[in-house]
Amino acid sequence: MASIAAPTHASHASTETHNTGIWSWITTTDHKRIGTLYLWTALFFFLVGGFEATLIRTQLMKPNMGFVSAETYNQLFTMHGTTMEFLAVMPLSAAFFNFLIPLQIGARDVAFPRLNAFSYWVYLLGGIFITLPILFHVAPDGGWFGYAPLTTTRFSSGPNIDFWVLGLQILGISSLAAAFNFITTIINLRAPGMSLMRMPMFTWMSFVVQFLVILAFPPITIALFFLLMDRFFGTTFYAIAAGADPLLWQHLFWVFGHPEVYILILPAFGLVSEVLPTFSRKPLFGYNVMVYSGIMIGFLGFGVWAHHMFAVGMGAVADSIFSLMTMLIAIPTGVKIFNWIATMWSGEIRFTVPMKFAIALIAMFTIGGISGVMHSSPPADLQQTDTYFVVAHFHYVLFGGSIMGIFAGIYFYYPKMTGRHLNESLGNWHFWLNFIGMNLTFFPMHFSGLLGMSRRIYTYDAGQGFDLFNMLATYGTYLLVVATAVFVWNFIRSRTRGEIAGNDPWGAPTLEWSIPSPPPEYNFAKIPSVTSRYPLWDLNNPEMTADIAHSGASEKEITDSHAVPMHIETETHTAKELGIPMPYPTVKPFVVAFAMVTMFCGLLFLRNDMFAVSMTVTISGALVMVAGLYSWLTSPLE
Amino acid sequence: MAHDAAPAGQHAAHAHPNGTTYLKIFVILSLITVIEVWAYYIPSLVASPLFNPALIVMSAAKFLIVVLFYMHLKFDHKLFRVLFAGPMIIAGATITALLFLFKQLSL
Amino acid sequence: MSSHTAAHGAAGHDDGHAHTHHTTTGLDNRKIAIWAFIGSECMLFASLIATYLIYKGRSLVGPFPHTEYVNEAGKIFKPILDIPVTSASTFVLLASSFAMVLALQAVQLKGVPLPANAGWWARSQRSSQLWLGVTAFLGTTFLGFQAYEFTSFVHEGLTIKTNLFGSTFFTLTGFHGAHVTVGVLWLMSLLFVDRSRGLAGPADELLVDITALYWHFVDVVWIVIFTLVYLIS
Repeated sequence: MASIAAPTHASHASTETHNTGIWSWITTTDHKRIGTLYLWTALFFFLVGGFEATLIRTQLMKPNMGFVSAETYNQLFTMHGTTMEFLAVMPLSAAFFNFLIPLQIGARDVAFPRLNAFSYWVYLLGGIFITLPILFHVAPDGGWFGYAPLTTTRFSSGPNIDFWVLGLQILGISSLAAAFNFITTIINLRAPGMSLMRMPMFTWMSFVVQFLVILAFPPITIALFFLLMDRFFGTTFYAIAAGADPLLWQHLFWVFGHPEVYILILPAFGLVSEVLPTFSRKPLFGYNVMVYSGIMIGFLGFGVWAHHMFAVGMGAVADSIFSLMTMLIAIPTGVKIFNWIATMWSGEIRFTVPMKFAIALIAMFTIGGISGVMHSSPPADLQQTDTYFVVAHFHYVLFGGSIMGIFAGIYFYYPKMTGRHLNESLGNWHFWLNFIGMNLTFFPMHFSGLLGMSRRIYTYDAGQGFDLFNMLATYGTYLLVVATAVFVWNFIRSRTRGEIAGNDPWGAPTLEWSIPSPPPEYNFAKIPSVTSRYPLWDLNNPEMTADIAHSGASEKEITDSHAVPMHIETETHTAKELGIPMPYPTVKPFVVAFAMVTMFCGLLFLRNDMFAVSMTVTISGALVMVAGLYSWLTSPLE
Repeated sequence: MAHDAAPAGQHAAHAHPNGTTYLKIFVILSLITVIEVWAYYIPSLVASPLFNPALIVMSAAKFLIVVLFYMHLKFDHKLFRVLFAGPMIIAGATITALLFLFKQLSL
Repeated sequence: MSSHTAAHGAAGHDDGHAHTHHTTTGLDNRKIAIWAFIGSECMLFASLIATYLIYKGRSLVGPFPHTEYVNEAGKIFKPILDIPVTSASTFVLLASSFAMVLALQAVQLKGVPLPANAGWWARSQRSSQLWLGVTAFLGTTFLGFQAYEFTSFVHEGLTIKTNLFGSTFFTLTGFHGAHVTVGVLWLMSLLFVDRSRGLAGPADELLVDITALYWHFVDVVWIVIFTLVYLIS
């Protein structure tokens, strides 16, 4: 059990109950181990996506470079976007959902541990499915948004887009399965006293994100299904010659695509909302408003999609409505920024590495947010659409927001996950290189964009004023490569050589810090009884929370919480010693995931007149899947 | 403890519709369907500007009856109402917005 | 909610018999998950229905759903939708929902003594096998109607490739048919369990309840499709 990132000689070796070989990872149903798998896999894909970005920036370093061909460039930018979005940032968030949500709400696992394992395996296999083609130069090349009719067989006859359509379908299943699981977990597995308004902010933002997933993924599933039917079976959904509307894909895609933006950013918002109060030694400012603004962002996120399409000519009324909605959604987002600043205000700030990343998120996301509000005005947007200004905007939001927040989370929770700290001075190097590299990469793009440089074009002519900005951006990218290398070194090295961390190395207030690091397999020997938002501060630093109605509870309950201290667990036993039933390890989720991905692989042969092969593979995959599912559903969990 | 019909006996019978109620509901649903199909065959009704709205209202009524009684949302935990109503609102708003955007609806 | 005990210490796992475990709301995990799933399905069918409506009347060639079409060769294609047949299949699906609630009720009433003077109606309500069987049968009948409809459309010259109407119609109703198929398989496996060991007790009630929620939702989707696709022209 102590094998989360496998510290070899940690102090809790006595908890070692089952082997740590590869089989134990394939069959695991422990949310913490699955979270660890997500983390490692997503970091790997983050490196893949970063490598693709480096190739892109090298090609764009100077005018008329011939570093890669136009075809390769198309594949690179498509896969960079697809990888970062679906294989890196979403799964990095999922790593935290898995690891943290049960710990933060005082549960022993997620609601459906085997479904959780299934989600991970589908993600891993789907990620391989969509990434491998680039090695054979047949990677998807239609952009991460895959605009049809460009992606129909009429204009993209190769297998490239087939991989993309099927791959995204597979990844969607993973995200949906995980979302149903976490919704149920958060609603139903909270410890006694953990009311909704006492939940840690990360759990709250994750909760909102799961609803975004279950409502935003169906439209893209359908849009992709139409495209799949058009490509494989000759339907007419995107066939302009048959009268199809060229905007159908764009609308369905962005009905998904805009909520997806919030799916990427809200978990990072949640993470920094844990980091900032801890290192300011102050409760989060305006907890309730933070919750409501998170819900507002999620809800309004479904009403702004067409701002991605101002340039297609929807008409003045539609433009105005979506413009107003977009300006509206900036309000709850701004509220969050102000609340974070107010949280730090007059706090006892400790500038640790996670705190630096969290503060960087506030600053960088604000820049991205402001350029976002600039796009919300259709006349301005018409000038900016498809230029590097937009690239600058969403990288400030996604790199400056999501990635900074996720790094804050990694530095903050690494001690909880592994029992050891990441090295602080390497962390500082990582932070500053990352911060400078990011701004050097993306800030010049504002200028090249406003000067008219187009996105997605593999090169440009000299003398248009783009040269300097591109050169700077490319150097910035190289700096990011160095920064990431420092991080990877730190991440790997600290697993065995990091400073040992106790239960609560940062003096943080929430439940996950009351148990040993890394947590025992059953998480909580005794399910805690929660009386406030900051149980550990009530216990250790009552003066910090005494004068604030911080829990939404009555005065009496808060007083009670001081009188009856929450239990802090220091000893670890095996689940067996404590008589806690644990889910059996099982390979069935992996088998079902593998069979399902095989089923999708079969479809790849359809367009090559290999109907028999295709059907053989697909049907055998389907049969194994059904058999595996039957065996899974009829066997007991624990 | 999973749902409220679990306790056997009198309590369940009072809190929940019984077989006869379900039968009555089925008769109502069938009647609405008959009216819908009947209206479809009366040209003067089809020509009326109220034809489409009337059909949509009848369809929505059937929808609600099934959801409230057969899916016992009316008697169940309010959490389920939230879980269903939220997505329905977003789904309805999205369809409506798309129909306006593609000019299949206009004011 | 019948029992909302705040039992402490018990684990929060769903092991297929969640009644033994404490949950925050007192509800079963699976029931929450199925409602979340149904919410997600709302958006799935919303996207399909929206696409059908967006492309309504935009097909360049026939056959059309509600109007006649004459092609260049002078061949006449009648309006293709067969309202009487579909009305019948709609009725069948509604009836299956009715059978489904009775099946759930029958499982819930297991162990409740039947009054001595109970008539055939009260007695029949106690047979979960009868009503599960009827539901599965009516579901299969609906699928039969759909198979008949699809084949006759193909004979009349409408395939999934013919025009926008064909693509959107077959995909929308096909998606719904696939959901009905899954539902029928689900019902048959419940019927199998009922025949082999008998469905009774809270854990089994929950299984049937979840199946019923899925089944009714599929029915509700058809109520919407019937009006928007078949009746409104």
